[in-house]
Amino acid sequence: MLEITLFYVAGTVALVSTILAMTRINAIHALIYLIVSLLAVAMIFYLIGAPFVAALEIVIYAGAIMVLFVFVIMMLNLGAKGNAREKTWMSASVWIAPALLATILFAELLYIIASVEGPVSTGVVGAKQVGLNLFGPYVLAVEIASMLLLAGLVGSFHLGRRYLDRAPISDLKQQQERH
Amino acid sequence: MEGLNVPLNHILLISSLLFIIGMLGLMIRRNIIFILMSLEVMLNSAALAFVAAGAHWGQPDGQIIFMLILSIAAAEVAVGLSLVLQVQRRFKTLDMDKVDWMRG
Repeated sequence: MLEITLFYVAGTVALVSTILAMTRINAIHALIYLIVSLLAVAMIFYLIGAPFVAALEIVIYAGAIMVLFVFVIMMLNLGAKGNAREKTWMSASVWIAPALLATILFAELLYIIASVEGPVSTGVVGAKQVGLNLFGPYVLAVEIASMLLLAGLVGSFHLGRRYLDRAPISDLKQQQERH
Repeated sequence: MEGLNVPLNHILLISSLLFIIGMLGLMIRRNIIFILMSLEVMLNSAALAFVAAGAHWGQPDGQIIFMLILSIAAAEVAVGLSLVLQVQRRFKTLDMDKVDWMRG
């Protein structure tokens, strides 16, 4: 019974914090709400019997990927001017039409989901079972994922290095003064 | 801990709501940082659906797909954020609408 309550609380927290994250003006505030949302999803993972995935969600998503976002936002140094500009982008005329279209899609999704039956989980699937499958039938997928990560590493290194090389000194001084 | 007696419907509902919120964010926001965040939300909601389906049948496959999605998200964010740095450097703005033409 307690677990069911926890599940619904975690789901509500995830939804509310995601909505708040998407509507914030300041990017850092949005990021904090996003981290809360990811933690709530990790809680859901734990409750439906996937503790290993819950740990990965916290360590990699909320830990590593969000820290990347924080670093980049701090490097961009947006400040109050960015906030004012962001506000003008959030007027109602901008979001009403996409919201209506998304609601239609959501109604279709609901129609499909309504036909699904059965309990969400039948037991815990632990790290051992996941690991055995990961390096058994799915070993090719692991290799492909490693190639993808290598490509991401090389790509971001390439782009980021040019960013550092091409920054003129006068611009850097301007940035420091603005700070 | 044996099984959670919640209908599979409800977790799919949460997952699809998260996906819709992420998609709305993607359509509404013009700041590249927020667009990347929305992509994260959408990937995460898809991963939630995968793990829920895996838990429903008591199989580890859903969790394995989650890990693949995780690596995709990591690679995408790394490349995307370095592109954000480039865009900010070249165009002095994060507005996606201002960066709608390509030049080497």
